[in-house]
Amino acid sequence: MTSKEVVCLEDVSAHYDGVPVLEGINLSIYQDDFLGIIGPNGGGKTTLLKIILGLVKPGRGRVSVFGDTPEKGRKYIGYVSQYSLFDRDFPASVWDVVMMGRLGKTGLFRKYSKQDREATLRALEAMEILDYKGQQIGKLSGGQRQRAFIARALVTDPELLLLDEPTASVDTPMKTDFYELLERLRQRMAIVLVSHDISTISIYVDKIACLNRELYYHSSKELAAEELEAAYRCPVEMIAHGVPHRILKEH
Amino acid sequence: MIEALQYEFMRNALTAGLLAAVACGIIGCYVVVKRMVFISGGVSHASFGGIGLGYFLGISPIVGAFFFTITAALVMGVVTRRAKIPEDTSIGILWAIGMAMGIIFIGLTPGFPPDLMSYLFGNILIVTTADIIMMLILAAIIVFVVVLLYKEFLSLSFDEEFATVVGVPVEWLYFLLLCLIAFTVVVLIRVVGTILVIALLTIPAATARRFTHDLKKMMLLAILFGSLFTSGGLWLSYELDLASGAAIILVSGVTFLASLFVSRLPLMTRVGRG
Repeated sequence: MTSKEVVCLEDVSAHYDGVPVLEGINLSIYQDDFLGIIGPNGGGKTTLLKIILGLVKPGRGRVSVFGDTPEKGRKYIGYVSQYSLFDRDFPASVWDVVMMGRLGKTGLFRKYSKQDREATLRALEAMEILDYKGQQIGKLSGGQRQRAFIARALVTDPELLLLDEPTASVDTPMKTDFYELLERLRQRMAIVLVSHDISTISIYVDKIACLNRELYYHSSKELAAEELEAAYRCPVEMIAHGVPHRILKEH
Repeated sequence: MIEALQYEFMRNALTAGLLAAVACGIIGCYVVVKRMVFISGGVSHASFGGIGLGYFLGISPIVGAFFFTITAALVMGVVTRRAKIPEDTSIGILWAIGMAMGIIFIGLTPGFPPDLMSYLFGNILIVTTADIIMMLILAAIIVFVVVLLYKEFLSLSFDEEFATVVGVPVEWLYFLLLCLIAFTVVVLIRVVGTILVIALLTIPAATARRFTHDLKKMMLLAILFGSLFTSGGLWLSYELDLASGAAIILVSGVTFLASLFVSRLPLMTRVGRG
């Protein structure tokens, strides 16, 4: 690999109240990766992202993010979380919310600068939601809201974008749009996308890992049924759209 | 009402009501949008312990309440964030402990028992000039801190996790917000009393919320509603000889209920899109 390593996990384990959720995870993410992590619900996908972000402390193992601790390295990460569990009536516009991505750059006690406003404008444009900037965030449709949250993650010009179940609240026609958008973004940054939706993810990403407490990772997207079954702990029927032969490969 | 203002106690009462409206208008918006009503209820009831402590130590009950309420707010903050007890359980426990301490302190104080009713339910007509000065200082601190940290508090209220990731000191700000809630409670004790404080922390903000989706406008509207509620309640209490704290709350409650029926009027779009 000539490309720069941005995230490195070595033998990472984590548990909640004594129940192990991740065990012996080794993972390297490189600067031009487009990695899809799939696995059943409760398989530890979100926890893995939170460990990279320093929001969850691993019980064991070493985590390095841009050559530093997660707390220091996460300023290069754009994060789009799974649930946006906010009050639909929350008094903030799309503009206000996207601008929040700039908080780390602006610093405490200061007003947002001209650069902050320009970056917000660019992110809204890139996500094609500039027309909605004055709209209350809770009043957007699922797809538009998802774009707003990605815009919020993008205003810091991250080098790594972490997306947790980004298509969960997006309807099917919007999904294609959404992946084309990611296709553009990946020119500029590494992307890690977490999903339980095997069929859509596999067309676009170029590496796939399966996660169910343990990580099954092959640095390619040629997935074997045995690996999926090991991850899901049950027989898996492979269904794929697009180019199935790239996903189904005999071992 | 106008002729009533020739009396100093009425002028003080009106000033106290307006200062209370500023404090609860601003902080009440955070309490409502960040869903901190229950912890605020706990803090305001626990403040009664400080009033008792003030009596017991022979200092001003409000000064006692000031220090005790901040301590109670921070203890609740730490317990709800760190201990592995459900948040509402721990708040409920501390809520009652604070009030019980107040009763015990007052019982231990020699001499005649003080007028508890005015601290429990407020009496805006006995506000002194010294009270006004303290309320003014606390309200000024609240305005100053919120102006300085407006964007951080907005992100804290909206999405703590994301704020943490982009480097906002979320814990620190949360505890600061709890301190500001404690300040507001102290400002409001004289006006509506420890038991009714929670109404002024929620009703002006909740009413304002029906007319705008911009937090700044919501705060300004909440201050406006709070001013109307306190002066309207004061007027009712003067004219009809009612308990002032209770009159203020009833005026607030009735207005809020009325707002549920009018919020789809053009005012909403006008203020909302402004």
